[in-house]
Amino acid sequence: MTPANYTPFKPEAMKLTGYRRPDGRFGIRNHVIILPVDDISNAAANGVAALIKGTMSLPHPYGRLQFGEDLELTFRTLAGMGRNPNVAAAVVIGIEPKWTQRIVDEIAKTGKPVAGYSIERYGDLKTIEMAARKAMEFVQYATELPREPFSIQQLCMSTKCGESDTTSGLAANPTVGRVFERLSASGATLIFGETTEVTGGEDVIADACVTPEVRAEFMKFFNDYQDLVKSKGVDLLGSQPTEGNIRGGLTTIEEKAMGNIQKMGRCKVVGVLDMAIEPQKPGLHFMDSSSAAAEMVTLCAAAGSVVHYFPTGQGNVIGNPIVPVIKLSGNPLTVATMSEHIDVDLTGLLRIEINLDQAADKAMQVLEHTINGRFTAAEALRHDEFVLTKLYESA
Amino acid sequence: MAHAILLHEPTDDVGVAVRDLKVGEEVGAVTLDGELVGAVKLVNDVPLGHKVAMREMAQGKKVIEYGRPIGGASQAIVKGAHVHTHNLKTLRWAL
Repeated sequence: MTPANYTPFKPEAMKLTGYRRPDGRFGIRNHVIILPVDDISNAAANGVAALIKGTMSLPHPYGRLQFGEDLELTFRTLAGMGRNPNVAAAVVIGIEPKWTQRIVDEIAKTGKPVAGYSIERYGDLKTIEMAARKAMEFVQYATELPREPFSIQQLCMSTKCGESDTTSGLAANPTVGRVFERLSASGATLIFGETTEVTGGEDVIADACVTPEVRAEFMKFFNDYQDLVKSKGVDLLGSQPTEGNIRGGLTTIEEKAMGNIQKMGRCKVVGVLDMAIEPQKPGLHFMDSSSAAAEMVTLCAAAGSVVHYFPTGQGNVIGNPIVPVIKLSGNPLTVATMSEHIDVDLTGLLRIEINLDQAADKAMQVLEHTINGRFTAAEALRHDEFVLTKLYESA
Repeated sequence: MAHAILLHEPTDDVGVAVRDLKVGEEVGAVTLDGELVGAVKLVNDVPLGHKVAMREMAQGKKVIEYGRPIGGASQAIVKGAHVHTHNLKTLRWAL
């Protein structure tokens, strides 16, 4: 089935171009974002984005009366979106100046253009005018930036799967795993997570950790989640695998977890990250995270991932406003009935026409094109899900 | 003979049907990397995505998929049988 002269697609052979940011990181998109600090600033942010071509607002429902760890995560996620290398410049709008300035200061550390506006003492209309003038300036700055070649060592990307079924464990997830093995060996920075979905396979991740310290950090996040489940009086055995999973052929929680974990391939885990924390070295990182698709991809975006592999079985349609999300599926029914959402068709694996290496080649070709500017299905379909992870209720 | 079962590892006790399989059919098994791993005659109908026993397993045996236990056989399983909730239980909690 494999041609005799077959050689796998090497990451070094990918021709990558992107935008060099002042902090040295490379983005593959060139967004100017209008970032509301809080729910009541969405209207002004949307107003600016409606006025100035080439800008995009990121409305969300939080940012007021949060406190403690939950507030810190919201700050980190908002600032992380602005800091992401896919963003050329950011305009931040909040109701009052203090929290607005906190976000501005965090984004400014990257050296990219950023400005903050607060609505109190001005009102929406005056704020929109001031912010729009700055946004226009930023767009003209951004649209002048050229694409430059960059190396695989300068790529930071992430993965998370969704609407999984047995084809996920068989096709799309191992394909991502095989690509991640290649990218990791070539020095790319990679992120995976889904603390809630690895139960039954946590020892595999623990064993893949490079040092006892990294292993201990992973097990702490994992055990904290198990304790949270217990404290809510929930029985995981009753809910995992789900009825839908069982209908699809998944039998045990161990089997479901192993399907999920295929995305890491045989990579070593070099680091463990709290939610929305930027990795500081190459290699695969486990990030503590929800398994809800939009929350997880948003956390990856806030951690600096510039492109995301999203394997799906039954057909999750998620996207992200600043990070291109590449969908891979091996489910023939999904690929046939939801073709506009699928970027990488892996049904050939199930027909036993291609092997895993050839599937990985296919996924890498789409990755290369996406990095160089080709829109993913989710981008073209305006799937701009930006969802903050909320740790507990606000004051 | 057509190949219609995929294995994660060549030594796995169970493989996954890549199409709906009928009782009495004889089909080949292959790994994701393209390694051929013998043939199985189906003793049950097995739908796409469901598991097929690659060998006979005694009750209580740990069932291997992905090269590691994914549960224990809650009853004896014959080669070619459908493996699912009726004969495979999690090892995560007591059987």
